[in-house]
Amino acid sequence: MADIKGVLVDITRCVNCESCVVACRLYNGLEEGKNGAKETQAEKDKLVSNRWTVVQKVKVEKNGNAVRRYVKQQCLHCLEPACASACFSKALQKTPEGPVVYNEKLCVGCRYCFIACPFEIPTYEWDKSFPRVQKCQMCLARVADNQMPACASVCPTSAITFGKREDLLKEAKSRIAANPALYVDHIYGEKEAGGTSWLYLSDVPFEQLGFNTKVTHRPIPDYTWQVLKWTPYIFVGWGALLTGMYMYTKRRAEVHAEEEMYAPVDKEE
Amino acid sequence: MARTLHFGRWHFRLTPTRYVLILLTLIMMGVAVVRLVTGLGAVTNMSDQWPWGLWIGFDLLSGIALAGGGFSTALIVHILHKDKYAPVVRAALLTSLLGYIIACVSLFFDVGRWYNFWRPFVYWGYHSVLFEVFWCISLYTLVQIIEFGDIFLEKVKIPALKRIIERALPFLLILGVVLPTLHQSSLGSLFIVAVGKLNPLWWSMLLPFFFVWSAFFLGPAMVTLEGTMAARAYGREPETPVFASLTKVTMWMLIIYFIVKIIDLNYRGVFSLAFNGSFESNMFLLEMIVFVALPIVLYAIPSIRNTQWGVFTASFLVVAGVILNRANVCFVGMAQAAGAPYSPSIWEWAITLGLWSLLILGYCFIVENFAILPKEEHGKTVTSGSGAGLRA
Repeated sequence: MADIKGVLVDITRCVNCESCVVACRLYNGLEEGKNGAKETQAEKDKLVSNRWTVVQKVKVEKNGNAVRRYVKQQCLHCLEPACASACFSKALQKTPEGPVVYNEKLCVGCRYCFIACPFEIPTYEWDKSFPRVQKCQMCLARVADNQMPACASVCPTSAITFGKREDLLKEAKSRIAANPALYVDHIYGEKEAGGTSWLYLSDVPFEQLGFNTKVTHRPIPDYTWQVLKWTPYIFVGWGALLTGMYMYTKRRAEVHAEEEMYAPVDKEE
Repeated sequence: MARTLHFGRWHFRLTPTRYVLILLTLIMMGVAVVRLVTGLGAVTNMSDQWPWGLWIGFDLLSGIALAGGGFSTALIVHILHKDKYAPVVRAALLTSLLGYIIACVSLFFDVGRWYNFWRPFVYWGYHSVLFEVFWCISLYTLVQIIEFGDIFLEKVKIPALKRIIERALPFLLILGVVLPTLHQSSLGSLFIVAVGKLNPLWWSMLLPFFFVWSAFFLGPAMVTLEGTMAARAYGREPETPVFASLTKVTMWMLIIYFIVKIIDLNYRGVFSLAFNGSFESNMFLLEMIVFVALPIVLYAIPSIRNTQWGVFTASFLVVAGVILNRANVCFVGMAQAAGAPYSPSIWEWAITLGLWSLLILGYCFIVENFAILPKEEHGKTVTSGSGAGLRA
């Protein structure tokens, strides 16, 4: 856990060049598909199955001025991912390196991961016969090889920083401390959903940028486990109780001739 | 138009209604083939925002809940040996079995990579609620098929096999209550992971309790509904005294349900959300007042409870209320988080309608060929036990 990798996105540094979006598409071999020129801006800002990251254009007000901010969006790679905990066939897994990755071979396609994700990240290939769940894989092969993800490697303004999550947290805190007038005092992803591998810094409050700031700070799998852990006890306890009641209430001699009691329906409608 | 098909010792009557049901079933099969070949996008209105649509929200969640009549009557009759309710137990078991088969089939249509459906049997994602649901539903469907085998073998005589099943029956009966208890509650636990997404009026750590409790109290109401309808369809005397007596279980459980809901809302500090005038709050109030509080009143008054229309109306409200509850959890409560509208496509409806038509056809075929409903003697129903049938 100490060695887990992460990425720090500093929204104040992003200039909306979208190099990261292109790099993502090229490295992961995502086809352009149907979405293209005809899309509205709102549609372009949305994650879809062949677009694992987007740079959202958000208009906000800062000190009375209307300004634009550019928010890179992709899977946040939770430290304890709700999606992986929800997967009943282990198709989604948290790797020791940090990325939460998807294995299409194991996927049944139940889409419970969609229900589980607090950040609305997974997308589906609805137009395919055998659709896959699609989302950022944090370039696992590169990260496992201690290289940065494709998007981070091309960022010209160092808005995207790759490293150990621990180090990135320290870096984020020192940036806030060095420039408290610029940054809001909040590292998004430090505590959200129990902590995420991706972290964000911003100069405007995160809720204004469309971040889910109401998300619980407790790891989401905890909630489920609190209930699910009782399953074996209920199975045994309830089973024993029922057996007891069955024995206790069983009539001593009364054997019913069940075959006498019921009959096929034999009447015209 | 009405004629009877005979094949061997089986027979099936064809009536105009049944022709319609058969047509709906055939349409469903056609759409199912298209869906399995072309994928979900071409046939359904589901989206990344609405990953679960009609098939999960209604066919699975409500279908399994409606099949709750099987395990609650099994508990009352077979485990607690309340024999006066025995006349309805086989019909309840049958509806339950058919309900589960339908739910499994619609689940199979719903999953994207259906050839992989067996994966969770091998890859143990035990940390997922769905894993428990999947195992329990599969096993319970199997248990029900074996239980039904006992009835089947009364007609198709294979004595050696029947003896084996009869010996295993007590064990199966207990398993047949434990498994549904687990997965009925787990269907509620499924939505615990949606913390912060599902509206707090419905999201609660008590979701599993609410789901299993409502599936259980729905049982007697469902038995009443289908019993009354079957009686009407076949020109029989409905077992109204049995229903009236059985639904007292529902009434007390509804009262506890209502109280726990209020305590839970207060405990989580979201009680005021029920009265903020939003769509969600109105749906919640509708669910709690018309479909929980009102049936309690109807059941509580003997002069209503003991009449055929009274017990039918109250039971209808209970059943509709549980369906509404599941829809509220899966759709109404999730709408704000989804941020986009969803309404099922005509093809999604076609699958749902066809599957439920098939269920009705299956029910008719089986009760006409097997000993499911109580034997009738001169228009009167035979009741075992101590004269519940004589009151009224």
